[in-house]
Order: sequence, then C-alpha cells, then structure tokens
Amino acid sequence: MKKGYFGIFGGAYIPEILHETFRRLTLAYEQARQDPNFWQEYLDLMENYSGRPTPLTFAENLSAHFGHKVYIKREDLNQTGAHKANNVMGQGLLVRRMGKKRVIAETGAGQHGVATATMAARMGLECVIYMGAKDVERQRPNVFWMQQLGATVVPVTSGSCILKDAINEALRDWVGSMDETHYVLGTACGAHPFPEMVSWFQSIIGIEARQQILKQAGRLPHRVYACVGGGSNAMGIFQGFLDDPQVELIGVEAGGEGIASGRHASRLASNAGRLGIAHGYRTLFLQDDDGQMRETHSVAAGLDYVGVSPILAHLHNTGRVRFASASDQEVVAALKILMQKEGLIGALESTHAVARAFAEMPLMPKDSVIIINLSGRGDKDIFTIADALGDPGWRTFILDKAHQYQKS
Amino acid sequence: MHAVTPSLLETCIRNSPDPILLMSHLVLGYPSLEENRKVMDAMVAAGVPIIELQIPFSEPIADGPVIARANQESLANGFRVETGLNFIAESVQRYPIPIIIMTYTNILMAQGMDAFIQRAAAMGVRGLIVPDLPLEEAGEAIQSCQTHGNNQLDWIRLFTPTTPDSRLELLGQGASGLVYCVARRGVTGRHTEFDPQVMAFIKRCRSATRTPLALGFGVRSREDVQSLRGKVEIAVVGTAAIEIHLSRGAEAVGSFFAGLR
Repeated sequence: MKKGYFGIFGGAYIPEILHETFRRLTLAYEQARQDPNFWQEYLDLMENYSGRPTPLTFAENLSAHFGHKVYIKREDLNQTGAHKANNVMGQGLLVRRMGKKRVIAETGAGQHGVATATMAARMGLECVIYMGAKDVERQRPNVFWMQQLGATVVPVTSGSCILKDAINEALRDWVGSMDETHYVLGTACGAHPFPEMVSWFQSIIGIEARQQILKQAGRLPHRVYACVGGGSNAMGIFQGFLDDPQVELIGVEAGGEGIASGRHASRLASNAGRLGIAHGYRTLFLQDDDGQMRETHSVAAGLDYVGVSPILAHLHNTGRVRFASASDQEVVAALKILMQKEGLIGALESTHAVARAFAEMPLMPKDSVIIINLSGRGDKDIFTIADALGDPGWRTFILDKAHQYQKS
Repeated sequence: MHAVTPSLLETCIRNSPDPILLMSHLVLGYPSLEENRKVMDAMVAAGVPIIELQIPFSEPIADGPVIARANQESLANGFRVETGLNFIAESVQRYPIPIIIMTYTNILMAQGMDAFIQRAAAMGVRGLIVPDLPLEEAGEAIQSCQTHGNNQLDWIRLFTPTTPDSRLELLGQGASGLVYCVARRGVTGRHTEFDPQVMAFIKRCRSATRTPLALGFGVRSREDVQSLRGKVEIAVVGTAAIEIHLSRGAEAVGSFFAGLR
C-alpha cells in the first residue's frame, strides 16, 4: 500500500509549496517513532503534567440501571479537560525536536485550541489559534482561556465560519510561515503524516484502557464506544482493541437534528459521505454533487466537521468498526442521566458515545462488558447545555450579569 | 514523457512578439458570470493573451483572502459547475486566446477525473492548474491530459521557492505548456518585493526546465511587470485585477491591463 494510505483513503494532497515542510515533518515523526526514548519522554510528560494514566471508572449506578458492566475511560480528567492533551503534548515534543518556535492550530469546540495554547505556554512557543467566527461565538469561555494562556485567537470569517474554515485559514498561515512554524493539527485527519501521527499519540488511551479492563473486569470488553468528529479519540481507544476481533468497536457520529433532516455531521453512519479530496486528504466527505462541502450541524461544535479520519473511513469499509449516530436531543437526555447517576459532566461531543451506548444496551445480553470513552468534560459547554435544558435559573443569572455589565 | 513537439499553449507563448505576456485570473461567478464576460471582453481588448478561469471550490486552501472570498461568494450566489463549464466552453469559442482552468482536485473528482479532463480537452481548454494535486498524486490526471489532450491540453506544474533543486528538476522534466512559478511563500494576493531573492528563484526555475515560465503571486504594477521583462515569459496578474474590478468596474480592468505593459 502507498505510504500514508489506508485502503483508498488518506494521502497527501498538499500545495507544492508545503511539499518540503511535509517531507521534513514526516522524517521527524518517523525518527521519533523509532526512538524508544521519545515515547518514554512522552509517557513521563503525560504522567507528570496531564495526570495519566487516566482512570477507567466502573460506573456502578449505570451498570445496575442497565444490567451490564459499564466502564468509563476518563479522558475528561486530562490537563485541559480532554483527550486533546495527548496529541498536543506529543506534537509539542516533536516541535522541540524540530527546533521551531511558533505553533498554529485550528479549533472547533475550542478544546484543541486551549490544549495547544496550554502546550505552547508550557513549552515557551508563540501560539496562534484559528477558530471559525461562529465557534468563537458559541465557545467564548474557551476563547477567553486561550487568550489568558497567551495565544492569539483569530476568528475566521470565511466559508461557513466553522471548523473546516479554520483548517483552511491555518493552512494559509502555514503556507507563508513554515520555516519557523509547526501546524498542530488537532485530529486524525489531514495530509500524511497527521492521521497516523495523531493516532499514535492518542493510542495511549487504548493501551491504558486495555490493561485496565483486563485488570478490573478480568476480560476484554464486548463493546467499546467512542464519539467521532475528526476521529482522534476513537482512534486512540480503538487501537487498544483492533487486534481483538471479539471486541466490537462503535464510532458514534453527530446525528444533529436527525439524519433525515439533513442537518447532521454523520458521514459514515448516514451513508451520506462521498469520496472526495479536501483539507489535504482523501476520505468520505459530506458534499454536494458538484464537490462543494456541505454545511454540517451538531449541538457539539467539536463533531461538526465534513470529513472524517481516513483511518476510520478504512475501518468502516473493512467492517472492523461499526458507525452509528446520536441526535442532539438524545445527547442532552443522556447527559442528564450521566450527571445524575454517576456525577460525571461529559462534554457534549463525548456524550454522543454515551447516548448511543444507552440506546443499544437494552438490546444486549445481560452482564455485557462495555467501555465508553468519555473524551472530554462538559463544563465548557455550560451555556449550550443550560440552553438545551432550558434552565430558568441560568437565564436569570445571565440577564442579571448582563445588566451589571451594562451599568458598569 | 516531455512532448517532442511543443504543445499548442507553448507554441502560442513562443510565437508571441511581446517581450512579456500577461496572464489574468478570474473567479467564475464572481460577482456574476455576466460580469465575468464583461471583464474578459475588456481584458482581451486590452491585449491580455492568456486567461485563467477558476472554478470555485468551498475549500480553496491555496488562495489568499480576496480570491477565497470570491470563491465563497460565487458559491453563495448559487454557482454550479455545469454552468461554469458551459461558460468556459463559450469563452474558448469567443476569444482567440488560450484559456486555462484553475480549480481544486475535488471539483474534478466529483465529475470523475478522467471525464472532467476529457470534457475540458474537447472544449478546447489549453491547460489545467490544480494546486492541491501534487505530482505524486497526479498520475491519473497527467495520463488523462495526454490521452485526451492530443498535445493541446497541458497539465501545468508549479514551482515554488521552497522546492529544492532536485525536485524542481523532477517537476520540470515532464512540464509542458508553461510552468507556474509561485514567486514567494504565502497565499495569493499579497505584494511581493521583486528583489534579488525572486530573481535567484527565477534562475533556479530556468535551469530546471525548458518550458516557458509564468510568475505569479503578487504581480500588481507596471514596475513589477517591467522588472520581470526578459526574466520570465509570462507575468500572472490575479488578485490586483479582481480588486480593481470590484472598486472601479469592468472597463477599468481593461485600462489597468493596457497600462501594465
């Protein structure tokens, strides 16, 4: 198979001007991957800075409720509150090796932006984050934190003002700045080596989860659920079980307002994704007959993306990973249960995996062992969640606060 | 696989008596196809000998803010590829100059790579520029150009300042028609100082290929064009023309081009 390809997906469809940059990045990545000291350095950093290994929590109440053994992989406990830390710290170490002084990144929900800004602060790098103007509006708290961490946040007003447009803008920056700048891509997408490299850093989730479930449950799980935006957290946990054919792997996409409504971001489960090339790689994209990318929708900004990891598209084709979706409504309902039964505030993105597991568990044989990857925590979503729940106390609070600001 | 006889596009460039040729760039459907038509009339009347027509794409990663916005607004106004292709076919008939298509890979893929190229060849399009389809991935496209083009449709390659000599040579060997030289790092539309660095880059390009060179990215003024005389065969003027069209209308674009040489 051609390098950087996973079946018919992947590749490096990049402007000529970036060819040399990608060649050097690929070389640095391959050298790091062959160097056991690099991975050890990564493990030490993640242990001492990000609190790894993250726990695998046995969800007692959910287990009793559904009649299964439900385990939750706690990526929400990472530094900055999501699995994004795994990727950015790994790429940060690589930036150090390459001797670059500036990092740029795109962000959707803002989690990857906050993670990158955090890494840049810790490693002493200049940092610019590109974020769709709509996402800037939806995710103000993350914008605030990125700025406090010393990053410059650039709202992107081109295209549909969301994640894909931020990717385009970051690439435009990189085309002019590659000598001193590394582009910290946030997910297992884009041109080679990004899908493979990001998946490598995220594989730490699956390596831990496999050991933990064997220790706690004394066996491999029947099923593993993970949400899929670009696909990095799913790739992370799935890699721990890819070679165990008895473990069913389920990727959960954003069903938005329902697949039939057309307002969703489900590329695989909906069968709506068509083979295409954009953002530097070949995968299944939500696009129209002309090849123009469609608008996507999800209550979770981080899942709102037209493409999907070429590795997951391949695992979809081979049948190794099954894809499903969860609607905005199902996700909000599942989040309520998760909070009230287990005291876990999941990110709206991650709660897609939870919602799908809840929907499928009643149909499974009793005492099935299930892992759900809780890829991030949800405190960042307080505005969206409060709106979705229609919480009157929150509304009053915001109105009062606004009134105070107006007076001052 | 270097064509033994120069292609139609290359012959046209070589046969021109002008010391430097101008190549202009339009984004189809921006602000409208009617306006595109007016601007092309003005350009051709002003003696522009090659025109590059961009089929808009929702993810124009190699374009700067002005052209990216033009892509987006054209699509927002309902641009469809089929209408654009018909417009290109009409343009080829209407103007006695070579027309080149610029777009992104996914637009070709959506029609079928080979089918798209076959159609472009049949329409009489003289060149294809697809900035996100690098040589390593362009095998099928280059093959299709050869199969359907009959030496009249060139797959146009790009040279950039970051391309090492060895790769310039690799790209240059199979080049035909013209080679598009990206004058500097960054995306389209910003100003380039045509300093010794650019001249050194042109020299590197020249030694990598015998194909005519078109220098783009930041050519905006008569001085820019003058400084390129005798250095490259073609100066590409893209963003500057779009800006003038927007601020002063189609006729102003004609006098702008007339004043460049």
